[in-house]
Amino acid sequence: MILTTVGTQLPFDRLIKAMDSFAEKHTEEEYFAQIGVGSFVPSHMTIFREMTPLGFRQACENARIIVSHAGTGNILLALELQKPIIVMPRRAALGEHRNDHQLATVHWMKDKSGIVVAESEAALHAALASSASLVQKHIVTDRASDQLLTTIRDFINVDTKR
Amino acid sequence: MKTGDPKKILAVSSSGGHWAELLRLRPAFEGHQVVYITTQKDSARQVPDSKVYIIGDAHRGKKLELIWMLLVIAMIVIRERPSVALSTGAAPGYFAIRFARYFGARTLWLDSIANGEQLSLSARLVQPYADLWLTQWPHMARPDGPEFRGSVL
Repeated sequence: MILTTVGTQLPFDRLIKAMDSFAEKHTEEEYFAQIGVGSFVPSHMTIFREMTPLGFRQACENARIIVSHAGTGNILLALELQKPIIVMPRRAALGEHRNDHQLATVHWMKDKSGIVVAESEAALHAALASSASLVQKHIVTDRASDQLLTTIRDFINVDTKR
Repeated sequence: MKTGDPKKILAVSSSGGHWAELLRLRPAFEGHQVVYITTQKDSARQVPDSKVYIIGDAHRGKKLELIWMLLVIAMIVIRERPSVALSTGAAPGYFAIRFARYFGARTLWLDSIANGEQLSLSARLVQPYADLWLTQWPHMARPDGPEFRGSVL
């Protein structure tokens, strides 16, 4: 099953349309989509407007791949569940967001975590088409960076009173 | 107390992304006693060896919820008397750090990795009460804080 999610605050019809056209051509897979407040209603995916946190987590656990608007909560959950995640950031030029801050955030997170960023429908379809290898190359840990862990460990162990 | 002696750590966050980030800090807590405060009851299952307080969530603007949260957190801090308090966000972490510091704890704020362009409101409010005030983004660091010292990824 491939789970697509766009969050609950802003519509993201471009991503839902791109996934729906992929689902139309690749019928061997099951598709769930959380479409939030979007106006486009896909016809080749099972849709939910919203999910409870627990339901969403369960859907992520059941998914083979997660396709997401680049919400950091989604990215962390995918990493925690060790699921491959493809993200498509919203674009300000297309009226999908107020600014392109998310774009910078996502590319930085890509370097850190090996998530796949697809900025267009073509890139998304290509990433999905090679998704079998996506599972293989995805290496994740369940812990923060050594630098941060050392910082916190040292902070905890310091003995000086304020 | 010698460096490395077990301490009581109060680790606080709201549910969702903030909680996921907090859990990724657990290796740094080894050898210490950790008490958690969070807002979703399922979360306790993820830290079965620690005491977990589940409190009601409060949304910004809902004054009664925030006042109740403040009181509950104050009671937990008075009861637990942690020597270190830390949080990844948001409102519960702000209250916990303020009270814990008042009662003598050293305090650490790690702003969420989601805040790559602007610090969260909680982060800005908590600054005067955080002994270590961290961002997870190198470009967000400033000479007078926040500091960058690594990220949860």
